[in-house]
Amino acid sequence: MTAPAAIGRRTAPGEPCSEPRADRARKVAARIVDPEIPVLTIDDLGILRTVEVDGDCVRVDITPTYSGCPAIDAIRDDLVLALTAAGYAEVDVRLVLSPAWSTDWISEKGRRALTAYGIAPPTGRRAASGPIPLRLSVRCPRCGSLDTRELSRFGSTACKALYSCGACQEPFDHFKAF
Amino acid sequence: MSTADAAAHVTVESLRLSAELAGSDSRAPSADVAAYALRLGDDALILSQQLGAWISRAPEIEEDVALGNIALDLLGHARALLRYAGSWDGRTEDDLAYFRDEAEFRSCWLVEQPNGGFAQTIARQFVAATFMVELYARLRTSTDATLAAIAEKAAKEVDYHRDHAVQWVLRLAGGTAKSRRRMLRALNDVWPYVDELFRDDALIDRLDGTAVRPSELRDGFDTVVSTVLGEAGVPVPDVHPSAAGGRNGEHSVWLSGILAEMQVLARRHPGARW
Repeated sequence: MTAPAAIGRRTAPGEPCSEPRADRARKVAARIVDPEIPVLTIDDLGILRTVEVDGDCVRVDITPTYSGCPAIDAIRDDLVLALTAAGYAEVDVRLVLSPAWSTDWISEKGRRALTAYGIAPPTGRRAASGPIPLRLSVRCPRCGSLDTRELSRFGSTACKALYSCGACQEPFDHFKAF
Repeated sequence: MSTADAAAHVTVESLRLSAELAGSDSRAPSADVAAYALRLGDDALILSQQLGAWISRAPEIEEDVALGNIALDLLGHARALLRYAGSWDGRTEDDLAYFRDEAEFRSCWLVEQPNGGFAQTIARQFVAATFMVELYARLRTSTDATLAAIAEKAAKEVDYHRDHAVQWVLRLAGGTAKSRRRMLRALNDVWPYVDELFRDDALIDRLDGTAVRPSELRDGFDTVVSTVLGEAGVPVPDVHPSAAGGRNGEHSVWLSGILAEMQVLARRHPGARW
């Protein structure tokens, strides 16, 4: 990786980071993908919060999609590897919980990538929250039909529900609105 | 300090793990706040451990996945809460999960009740999730930034857990005569352990504004219960409350067995990793 900033001037500890350096570190961090959904970068998923550079140290704040999401440990390791390879001597990855992640933070590009990958992206907010919730229809990512039904609220990962399409008969994952 | 050798191997131990808490300051909690976090963390941990036993044994594969996912969410809550509780006296989440004895646990008796048949697990889930929805909704406004951040995340998740339990209560109560009979019996079996969830004590009094006062959650809980059981055509059980004392470390007969299974590996092989 060509990294002029990494071989350039070293910022003294405590000196505020310069904007381009933070931008560069963010670009490196933003390329990391979710190991469970490899078409989605953590930036598109909306779990990459802030990236701050101080000298050759970088601090990355990420947020989990779900409290118990096991992918977060892999993502943390991937961030350390990528940023270390990019020339940062110290990489500090912090997991922040507040404000809580929401599917609203998935980018438009991320939503298109999910559909192309066969996962129906979240469809707006839940129509009602109460003891007996109502939900909006989910469009089949394969044939586009709205004739779909939920097989299970809980799918292959915490963030997905399992659906089936009445038109093309294919089962598919739906990224739950959350 | 993170380190990477020439081959860019990074080991997890060398990673400086964050306090993994709220965005703001992550100061260590006071003894009382730590004791409160321990209660909530123990409830989540024990319930998670119990639900994990359903994986590969649920009535259908979707339920294996559902109960496994719910257990995973609860484990996430337990980890955050126990990590925070342990930061008071320097213990890790693993120290607290694996190296405390029964009397040091502060879980309520509800979560210690056996999985039983599927209806029993659903009845326990219905009570636990309905309680947790009320709890975390209020804890979001705690004066303690870390508890508030954990609650904000957990609140959205336990809402899904409650939906899951409600759907099964309705389905089982409205299903066959057998499923209805089992659901009714299961609700009666867990109901003695409802009262303990809503008891205030001296710790809660000392943490005004930081902890949620359990007694104040009862109305919200009762409203949901009467709505759902009304829909299911099931009476709200009328049973004598148990003398449960989990918050003081006095546990039901079931906890020792749960801990034995949960802790055996860590205690037999301290420091084991894979």
